[in-house]
Amino acid sequence: MAARKGSASSAKAGANVSAEELTQYYRDMLLIRRFEEKAGQLYGMGLIGGFCHLYIGQEAVVVGLEAAAKEGDKRVTSYRDHGHMLACGMDPKGVMAELTGREDGYSKGKGGSMHMFSKEKHFYGGHGIVGAQVPIGAGLAFSDKYKGNDNVTFTYFGDGAANQGQVAETYNMAQLWDLPVVFVIENNQYAMGTSVQRATKSPDFYERGIAYGISGEEVDGMDVLAVKAAGEKAVAHCRAGKGPYILEIKTYRYRGHSMSDPAKYRTREEVQKIREERDAIEHVRQLLLTGKHATEEDLKAIDKEIKLIVNESAEFAKESPEPALEELWTDIYADVAPQNA
Amino acid sequence: MATKILMPALSPTMEEGTLAKWLKKEGDTVSAGDILAEIETDKATMEFEAVDEGVLGKILVAEGTSGVKVNDPIAVMLEEGEDASAADAAEPAKAAAEAPTSVPAQAKSADEPADIPRPDTSPDWPEGTPMKTQTVREALRDAMAEEMRRDENVYLMGEEVAEYQGAYKISQGLLDEFGAKRVIDTPITEHGFAGLGVGAAFGGLRPIVEFMTFNFAMQAIDHIINSAAKTLYMSGGQMGAPMVFRGPNGAAARVGAQHSQDYGAWYAHIPGLKVVQPYSAADAKGLLKSAIRDPNPVIFLENEILYGRSFEVPDIEDFTIPFGKAKIWRKGSDVTIVSWSIGVSHALEAAEKLSKEGIEAEVIDLRTLRPIDYDTVLASVMKTNRCVTVEEGFPVASMGNHLSAVIMERAFDYLDAPVINCTGKDVPMPYAANLERLALITPDEVVEAVKKVTYR
Repeated sequence: MAARKGSASSAKAGANVSAEELTQYYRDMLLIRRFEEKAGQLYGMGLIGGFCHLYIGQEAVVVGLEAAAKEGDKRVTSYRDHGHMLACGMDPKGVMAELTGREDGYSKGKGGSMHMFSKEKHFYGGHGIVGAQVPIGAGLAFSDKYKGNDNVTFTYFGDGAANQGQVAETYNMAQLWDLPVVFVIENNQYAMGTSVQRATKSPDFYERGIAYGISGEEVDGMDVLAVKAAGEKAVAHCRAGKGPYILEIKTYRYRGHSMSDPAKYRTREEVQKIREERDAIEHVRQLLLTGKHATEEDLKAIDKEIKLIVNESAEFAKESPEPALEELWTDIYADVAPQNA
Repeated sequence: MATKILMPALSPTMEEGTLAKWLKKEGDTVSAGDILAEIETDKATMEFEAVDEGVLGKILVAEGTSGVKVNDPIAVMLEEGEDASAADAAEPAKAAAEAPTSVPAQAKSADEPADIPRPDTSPDWPEGTPMKTQTVREALRDAMAEEMRRDENVYLMGEEVAEYQGAYKISQGLLDEFGAKRVIDTPITEHGFAGLGVGAAFGGLRPIVEFMTFNFAMQAIDHIINSAAKTLYMSGGQMGAPMVFRGPNGAAARVGAQHSQDYGAWYAHIPGLKVVQPYSAADAKGLLKSAIRDPNPVIFLENEILYGRSFEVPDIEDFTIPFGKAKIWRKGSDVTIVSWSIGVSHALEAAEKLSKEGIEAEVIDLRTLRPIDYDTVLASVMKTNRCVTVEEGFPVASMGNHLSAVIMERAFDYLDAPVINCTGKDVPMPYAANLERLALITPDEVVEAVKKVTYR
């Protein structure tokens, strides 16, 4: 067991990664950002309702960890979930149509932004109650251990959820039973409007597992390659049957907590500084350009391609009909066994 | 191409707002992410960011304007190099989500009562079936053991279920037969292991989560309701939680307020859950086997006082009782007494006493509170014209209240007296023996209620 500060695994960027992979990460992160910008726009137009929590700024976290995953691995997260869904390969059209509450959405319009799932992509939500996904993630890992396969579950939660009692309960059981679960703390430094410093005197979340015997480390979440490297290490630990692992990924959300958050708890300058100096997408863009892996023209072509995908998803989400009124009464009970994941 | 910028909705409830301040002026170059304006919503003052880059061509709504409707054009953006005159020709803004033209009609619920009750009167087991005497405790253990033999994915987890053999000895012998992989002692962390069980169910297993008592399940109720009961719906039918939450519920004896509460009405309130509250050993066995096989989350509320009681149980392979089918323990023509769980015991005792006074009560055991067998209750009430409900739970928002409402709606003309709900008293359970007796529902109170509705 050990808990390490981030330096070791962070950013020897460019090493051990092919041009294709780097380009793919760029593309994946850009898709999330453009998708979220579009979602914000549709929200402003009244096409998306209720709560809508954007992932802009945090893209390197999910893209880096998906790069460390294999088929069969599971993932579960909170309500800030659009990025996770796109990163694990769910269709942007289905996600956007769920945001607009239409029948072609992943939950037929009955879940919304915070409650989406995909059995096919092993994405288990999309949970609206802070911290609830943490024991659920351990349970998913429990099911894999029970079945005797080597799948791993990525259980994502924020710095806010990290202070929940059920997280401590889950750490205890996950280590007790050697469950193959990577606890991913996306520390974006604000639990809604409360900064980490105002919520705990123990702000090093990667150390929170020590009491239970769980190793953890801090990772630079604005560096997709550092995230990927840390993810590979954590996953190897789990697959080797050594139990859970904690990654505290330092990241930053550029937008408000939800669409109706005026974000008065931090300065505009703080956000601007991180955007300008530490942006994860810009970082990979520079790696691609300075490494001569891509030209400005190549990247422009990717931008264009992503914009097209996002615009198509928005059009699809606007055109898809609202669910049939009969849908009010379906899916309350399963008549037959609903799953065999 | 010039595009119109529309007044944005910046909160879930915003319909209009005040354009407090423009932070860019006409002719300014704008990058994506730049703040264009400050807008006051119904909740706060928000910064409104540009989505695309371009030049602010024309401001259509002056700062300080209040009552600007969401989706009204507030400015025109031009592409780099585009002439300001293009602003006038800007594409009209696309209408946002239109207001619904009519309130969606409520479709008929599948279990909405039909006008004529049609009770299922088929026997629970064939005539001539060999029977054996068993306690409720043994019946519950046998149900779990049989289902664990039948399906490798069924496992039991909870506090003291394995090595201790169960705090109430319900899981006696299961560890020996099935091993530590499938009979799992948990730490005392209800919130955590209930959530973990839900995750295991999402992952394809069939967990039985035992709560040492349902009082402790209050720590886990978020997972029972928000995670287990609602996910099938929220996922559009993609995944749900096929699992059982079980354990003793209701008052035991002399354990005070925090360990003595009946949660039947709480869980029966929730769409997505099924709720079982058996009385006899045969029902405990047949219903628990159905619960374990059910593809939905099932709340299985046992009763500690009943654990040691013996009943006749059919001695046949694979004996199950379906949900939503009540049992008539005693036929009668003068009054219908509806109960479940330990209340059936009080109802039957009351019925014997009443019989001696010439009042014949029909005693119905609902067995499951979700789904409820309304047909059996209504058919009986239409025959007897009087009804008393009996439950251990608190009186406010009780199951009896709900049953009274259904009977009123569907059998009003048949009633010769108001329905009376016999419940536990509206007090936390006291410790003192004499006060505890007062707080609980008793057969004598049922007798008294029946006399009221029969005007005796």
